[in-house]
Amino acid sequence: MSTGVSGGAAADVVVVGAGIVGAACARALARAGTRVTVLDRGAAASATSAHGEGNLLVSDKGPGPELDLALVSLRRWTVLAGELADELGPRFPSVEHEPKGGLVVVASEPGLAGLRELAAGQRAAGVEAVEVTGEQARELEPDLAPGVLGGVHYPQDAQVQPVVATEALLASARRAGAVVRTGVEVTGGLRGADGRLVGVTTSAGDLAAGAVVVAAGPWSGEVARRLGAWVPVRPRRGTVLVTTPMSQRVHHKVYDGDYFAATQSAGAELQTSAVVESTRGGTVLIGSSREQVGFDDRPRAEVLAHMARRAVAVFPFLAQTNVMRSYLGFRPYMPDHLPVIGADPELPGLWFATGHEGAGVGLAPATGDLVAAALLGADPAVDPRPYAADRPTLSALRPDVSDAQAAQVTCASGTTEKAHEGVRP
Amino acid sequence: MTSHRISAEADPVRPGADRPLTIVVDGEPVTGTAGQTLAGVLLGAGRREWRTTSGGGAPRGVFCGIGVCFDCLVEVNGLRDVRACLRRAQDGDVVVRQGPDRAGAQEADR
Amino acid sequence: MNGVRGRHVVVVGAGPAGLAAARAAADAGARVTLLDAADGLGGQYWRHLPQARPAAREQVLHHRWDTYRELSAAVREHPAVTVRASAQVWSLDRLDDGVRLHVLVGEPDDAGRAPLALAPDALVLATGAHDRTLPFPGWQLPGVYSAGAAQALAKGERVAVGRRVVVAGAGPFLLPVASSLLRTGAAVLGVHEASRAGALARWLDRPWELAAVPGKAAELAGYVAELARHRVPWRAGEAVVAAHGDGQVEAVTIARLDARWAPVPGTERVVAADAVAVSHGFTPRLELAVAAGCALTPGRFVVVDRAQATSVPGVWAAGEVTGIGGADAALAEGAVAGAAAAGADPAPSAVRARDRARGFTARIEAAHGVRGGWVRWLRDDTVVCRCEETTYGRLREVADLTASRETRSVKLTSRAGLGPCQARMCGRTVEELLGAMDPGGPGVDRRPVVVPVRLGDLAALPDAPELPPTPATTGDPT
Repeated sequence: MSTGVSGGAAADVVVVGAGIVGAACARALARAGTRVTVLDRGAAASATSAHGEGNLLVSDKGPGPELDLALVSLRRWTVLAGELADELGPRFPSVEHEPKGGLVVVASEPGLAGLRELAAGQRAAGVEAVEVTGEQARELEPDLAPGVLGGVHYPQDAQVQPVVATEALLASARRAGAVVRTGVEVTGGLRGADGRLVGVTTSAGDLAAGAVVVAAGPWSGEVARRLGAWVPVRPRRGTVLVTTPMSQRVHHKVYDGDYFAATQSAGAELQTSAVVESTRGGTVLIGSSREQVGFDDRPRAEVLAHMARRAVAVFPFLAQTNVMRSYLGFRPYMPDHLPVIGADPELPGLWFATGHEGAGVGLAPATGDLVAAALLGADPAVDPRPYAADRPTLSALRPDVSDAQAAQVTCASGTTEKAHEGVRP
Repeated sequence: MTSHRISAEADPVRPGADRPLTIVVDGEPVTGTAGQTLAGVLLGAGRREWRTTSGGGAPRGVFCGIGVCFDCLVEVNGLRDVRACLRRAQDGDVVVRQGPDRAGAQEADR
Repeated sequence: MNGVRGRHVVVVGAGPAGLAAARAAADAGARVTLLDAADGLGGQYWRHLPQARPAAREQVLHHRWDTYRELSAAVREHPAVTVRASAQVWSLDRLDDGVRLHVLVGEPDDAGRAPLALAPDALVLATGAHDRTLPFPGWQLPGVYSAGAAQALAKGERVAVGRRVVVAGAGPFLLPVASSLLRTGAAVLGVHEASRAGALARWLDRPWELAAVPGKAAELAGYVAELARHRVPWRAGEAVVAAHGDGQVEAVTIARLDARWAPVPGTERVVAADAVAVSHGFTPRLELAVAAGCALTPGRFVVVDRAQATSVPGVWAAGEVTGIGGADAALAEGAVAGAAAAGADPAPSAVRARDRARGFTARIEAAHGVRGGWVRWLRDDTVVCRCEETTYGRLREVADLTASRETRSVKLTSRAGLGPCQARMCGRTVEELLGAMDPGGPGVDRRPVVVPVRLGDLAALPDAPELPPTPATTGDPT
């Protein structure tokens, strides 16, 4: 294998982060015969992966590398859901893979024109995108607002229960030999004599490894800094509302046409759009909001009000329903709206699988496969270059050595020295 | 009848004159007293259950009595998810049993 | 009056602590808004008949009824106090320079309630507590009530939950519940206290402490005498370990417990009963304290200092959210908190009363605190989460399958705690069963949406209300 794993390493690969992406990487690597240890400073499946909706979407992605990855990954999910069910047995909670399809709706003529243009481009990229009239939309979703003029139906969109999905991937990885250690925080990197990253220091001692994969979601920037590297992931806060259970169903994942614009924006100001879907539990999940407020976890009623207005505009019946819970989490936002999957350009031994923003659950299987292929020298299912950490859109942002901050790095010999973020070898 | 309204004659608090009211529960009239909650009217009339759980289809009525457990949810005048233990009954209220709430979900699980 | 004149103090909760706080703050010169979700004052402790049902001798159901009459009249008549009943705080924004409360005013759970936003200079949380009932086989049957429910229905509705009622659980609260049930005309078949006599002897270790709490000893003695008069057996070291019946309660199994609250095999006996009232203690209502960012004790009560100030500047707390101490403690803590929130020095008498009452709080926990052996009365098919009907067996199975002991993950994989009550009933139990106690953290008690809100009411909220610096209220209902 290409990792140059030394015989004495405690693990071939350390994956930092036990969320959906880390779990998918761990499973892919473990099933390929690699000795994997997953570390998480908290619990598994409890941060970003536990605070989203479990979207598997192609509809919200314009033509380009993210959509290419999504198309592959959503096909993978279809197979994976069955594999996990077979492997883990009927007593394991269901990942609730539901190929329910997405329905994007708009209430204005300009909005409809814009949506159709987007759909045409998506179709050219291989997406099933069926234009529907307002009447057809209401046949698909009888409770839609009368003002809906039309939209696009995306049969490939699907949903999973993200926490069960993460736990299932981790359980499967464990069965393939992976070790999952929660409550263990990475504090720094172990360096070989040649400067290569050969493991991590943690709150529970050092752990040698042939390679380190950072899959820490929005915290990946901080983990990278501790390891002496740089990745421009930032938190982008999102909020979800949950209604009480009801017999009434929203049959598809339904969202308003502004959602696409919100995912593609770089704005720091509050953006909301209606994203509405039922769960098997009978609740309706209502998203979404995007705010760039760092890791500030203080909820604001104003955000809930904005989201409620959007949702009621699409589904008037929701005005009568009760919201019983809200939760907020942090998406791993990338300035160029693409995940980082691949080797760090400057620190050998360091790999990234992060920056999926709101699409991590959908993109996790393909991400895990890409990471495994890259680490093991296998042929990737998709061209990995658009997601590389040294792509031009990221290199342009890379800080100079002079303004880099000190990171804590321990030489494999045990001595500690100051390393610098972004130091070029 | 197990649960019941205390008869005025026997009540040591010496209640004043009651103003009766009638609500309709799943199509049947049930009488109570102005000032009672919906749960008070139902329990006072000997009804101890008026909801079916979402998953198991089990009967539920009042458990906590102070708005915390949400076992006593009813549909009132067309609005679902009203805690019967908190809402004062109004003469003519139309109360409908809730649940089970997962008909669609059970289909999906098939 | 030695506070900061005109300071706006919002008090949430109009039970003993909140009423005392509102009066103390107003007396100290503050402008006070007293909020309660109920349509009357008094909280759960003084739960009483509504105005529509006057009664000549309602005081026979209450202790300290004169105190209630006096306090409620004082706050209603005080020119500086605005009482807002039917006012449900549903959310709290923690801002850099204070807090903002979001309130809906109207009928409980109604659609179209009037919004109200408040940005007080000082906030007093007196949100109280609710019963904690440990699960047991059959506890989901209609006819099984929390002790608080039996009490509330007796006091607030004049409804008897049954004709032959068993009272069980732990703590001195079982005594007034049995008393209330007797005053509905029900036969109380027994009061079964899980703690054993040995633990309860600690009540008598330092009788001067009990005697120093005004009225407390007499109150308890009164209940004991009343039970004796009605020949109601009071049994220590026993529990209701199962309820039986076809669609509703028809009988219960009572068993002796060891010192760890584990049932002693062979001691079970079945008793025919048509209702059961069971509570094993109280859980503080922490939603607002958690939203405000208040530090919590390892046992998850709000941390307060000698002036009842929480760890968050501008936020005070009083009553059961700071520890289960009963009405005397709540009254004293409220008086201290209200004065301090108004910027005044609390009255020394109130501080002394509060300090005396605190001893009682510790004593209740020492004598009646939940002991871990109770899990032995669970069966695999015992419902733990009443909303989602997650059983004990399933909870353990899912935790094992996912190798997870973390509540957020297990909630979402087992569904325990995901239903309409949002883990208010099962949350502490699930944490205990998983061994995931989150010491110092909010654990399952983080609920940013404090109570369910209609989506239409959320949608109708005015855009970020511009709040003048002082006096600081806007968003009056229109």
